[in-house]
Amino acid sequence: MSPTIFLILASLAVISAMFVVFAKNPVHSVLALIVTFFSIAGLYLLMNAQFLFVVQIIVYAGAIMVLFLFVLMLLNLNADTEPQKSSRFRMIASASAGLLSLAFSAGMVIDATMGDRNIANIQEIGLVKHLGKVLFTDYLVPFEISSILFLAGMVGAVMLGKRTPKESNS
Amino acid sequence: MMTEVTAEHYIILSTILFVIGVAGVLIRRNAIVVLMCVELMLNAVNLLMVAFSSHHKDSAGQLFVFFIMVVAAAEVAVGLAILVMVYRNTRSTDVSLLDQLKN
Repeated sequence: MSPTIFLILASLAVISAMFVVFAKNPVHSVLALIVTFFSIAGLYLLMNAQFLFVVQIIVYAGAIMVLFLFVLMLLNLNADTEPQKSSRFRMIASASAGLLSLAFSAGMVIDATMGDRNIANIQEIGLVKHLGKVLFTDYLVPFEISSILFLAGMVGAVMLGKRTPKESNS
Repeated sequence: MMTEVTAEHYIILSTILFVIGVAGVLIRRNAIVVLMCVELMLNAVNLLMVAFSSHHKDSAGQLFVFFIMVVAAAEVAVGLAILVMVYRNTRSTDVSLLDQLKN
């Protein structure tokens, strides 16, 4: 049962990721990316990482993609205004991506001594109860620092997005 | 047909997703799509971290994924704000127009 679900979710993720790259219209890219994020969330659930499943849906599929869609609508971009790179550059880019994947596969072949590779999906570590305990004891300082980072990011986004008086005059 | 999902399958899947993200960053010129492909690469790495966390039965990997998501959210907010500012100045989101910092 579980390998079938894995195969379905994995092929959905790869196909929609390809669609993100090759769709002409940026809005279609965003929608395909949402599908990718949902299938990755499904894979988290398959590994019994329930906390990350919920966070993935709320943060990625919810907040981040709404932000992307909002900016796309705000800038009014569509397929007509989409800039294209020359076909020669596209070929070089695809070739270098292929080389990168070859390098990754070579690394996988070399590192073939991992031993038992089974993923036990009946385990407690992905549950909110366990992760919360670890987060608020061992990782308390990084957690607080990340809240400061969020605050700085929020202030920075507002500062950058604000119109300066000089600009609004011109 | 495979009988069991192992860590290897997740390694292969996240390699494919990461390479698609790299190809997107190289091929596309729209800065928003480039940013989306960076998100795709981050997600591929997150998936690998969760797979290894399950494989080693260690919760540190899943907590690091949580922190990566926090940083990614902040990055997207600031990056999109910068993009809106760039669009206001140049009337375009083409990354090849951004080869100079002055003017």
